[in-house]
Amino acid sequence: MTALTQRRSTALNVLLIGILVAWMLMAAFPFLWTLWGSFKVEGDFFSKADWVNALTGPLTQAETGRTFTGAGYHGAWIKEAFGLAAINTVIVCLFVVTISLTFGTLGGYALSRSTYRYTFWFLIIALIFRAMPPITLVSGYLPVFFQWNMWGKLSTAIIVLVAINQPFTLWMLHSFFKNIPKDLDESAMVDGCNRFQAFRHVIVPVMWPGVITTGLFSFLLAYNDFAVTAMILSKENQTMVPKIASFLGTTQTKGNVMFAVAAVVSVTAPLFVMIMVFQRQIVSGLTAGAVKG
Amino acid sequence: MKHKTFFWFVLPSSLAMLLFIFVPIVSVLVQSVYVDHEQVIKEVENCGPFGCTTTTAVDQEATQALQQASPLGRFAGLDTYLDRSHLAIDEVRAAWNSSNGMAEFYAKVVNLPFYKAMSFTLAYTFIVTPLVIIFGFIIAVAVNSATRKIRGPLIFFSLLPMMVTPLVGSLIIFWMVDARGVIGAALQYLAGDPDLSVKASTPLTWVMLMVYGVWHSAPFAFIVYYAGLQTVNSDTLESAMIDGASRWEQIRYVIIPHLLPLTTFIALMQLMDNFRVFEPIVSFSASAHATSLSWAIYNDLGGETRQLSSAAATSVLTILGIAILLTPVLVRTWRDFSRK
Repeated sequence: MTALTQRRSTALNVLLIGILVAWMLMAAFPFLWTLWGSFKVEGDFFSKADWVNALTGPLTQAETGRTFTGAGYHGAWIKEAFGLAAINTVIVCLFVVTISLTFGTLGGYALSRSTYRYTFWFLIIALIFRAMPPITLVSGYLPVFFQWNMWGKLSTAIIVLVAINQPFTLWMLHSFFKNIPKDLDESAMVDGCNRFQAFRHVIVPVMWPGVITTGLFSFLLAYNDFAVTAMILSKENQTMVPKIASFLGTTQTKGNVMFAVAAVVSVTAPLFVMIMVFQRQIVSGLTAGAVKG
Repeated sequence: MKHKTFFWFVLPSSLAMLLFIFVPIVSVLVQSVYVDHEQVIKEVENCGPFGCTTTTAVDQEATQALQQASPLGRFAGLDTYLDRSHLAIDEVRAAWNSSNGMAEFYAKVVNLPFYKAMSFTLAYTFIVTPLVIIFGFIIAVAVNSATRKIRGPLIFFSLLPMMVTPLVGSLIIFWMVDARGVIGAALQYLAGDPDLSVKASTPLTWVMLMVYGVWHSAPFAFIVYYAGLQTVNSDTLESAMIDGASRWEQIRYVIIPHLLPLTTFIALMQLMDNFRVFEPIVSFSASAHATSLSWAIYNDLGGETRQLSSAAATSVLTILGIAILLTPVLVRTWRDFSRK
């Protein structure tokens, strides 16, 4: 590609740089804007007079005496108990990731090693399940969950999210295990291990890169879910995302949109850190299915 | 691998999928052909000093008994599917008979809740998907041309719109587009109309939702294409250059054919994901101007009265829609597989 770089004309260079700058603005600016604005009062963040107020914050200065205020965060975390929702999210994500990965590694390993035709159908059915919008399943859950008194509990949400996660986890880990040479576990079996021992002692030590990548996406699914958690969790067990949605109903009328803005920033921050740390794994995970398939 | 070992290995995950995906689908199918029991009405005679009056009241006990006897409700066949909030056969027929031309017919039909949701869902799916592919490709080519040093940060910022929770991402955009937000103010300035409000106009709301959709999903296409660009055969590219292919011809005849299989993959994932468009409609509070099938189900399930039958019928219709979208892909996969 070096030869190409040398031949590039100025006009083309300007165009490419223009595209990159425009895209970076589109991708990053909304987040920076909201982060900055979350430390202002509502009159500045939603300024009728002049959009520059959101940057300089004259009303914030007038109302609180400083140019930055933590009032939104105080309101969301202390008054509206957003911390409780954060704890719920941590519990849900932790269990969903652990259980999905346990189920998924076992299933994905078997699917990659079996040579029978039914593995193909198994994966196709998983793909069909992956295509179902989760919300279509919810009306199937509700009557049963009400009947058996399972509705509203964190454990119910966890098991439902694990199930919804399975098709994707299986596909990803299946294609990952395909890349681990069969000889590895088969030689262990020649040495007298049974299938599970071979899996336990030979495959488990080398599977972590794939498991970490899959785990990241399981985490994202659980963390980002709105459709299922909003319908299945009771008010006191809400996770962060449905909690933000419920802010919108109540706080907008009270004039406390800034609570929601602060909550939105709080939800985005962990994702920011996660992308920064795991960028390589995320990119490889996103392309795993495509490049091989 | 032996059948028995395979069975034990896949048991936990198949059990999870069976109980929480397959059974609910069956249960949704069953629910959609049942409706709630009608309440049993009884006449009560109230006798006071001024004579007797008869009033009607709900017989709680009898209703309860009916509910106990058949918990699913009354069998209604396809009634729920045909009623006003779903396929609305009668209303569509009436609209057909009373309209003078397609435009008027269309205008009447899209006012019915199901067709309103369907029209937006389809428009969103088939407008956003190609745009995502085009923008993803352009961004991938641009990032690939940048010096290696800055590619890391470029990819980091590009990932943000996709990784951030859809509900949160759309809220961030919504607040900026608000008439008092920065983009809203910019639009008012550009249009020269100080009262311009995106929220209040149906076409602008549609555009806004689709812009959000492209913003949210373009990074996915970008990453896949970017990875594909790393594996372009440099020999082919060089020989094309030696043969005098212009830059555009190199893209057209070397790079695009190389990326074509990836495009199928992106299109498949995007069709599935865009068809379930839901969160932005909640965030934008756009339901007056645009609804989607997923939103219709959410709306039936939430609120005071949970309309399970209605939600179930919409769910079944949504699943049918997904099935129709996916059939070509599945048929092709099956053909490829049988050829092997």
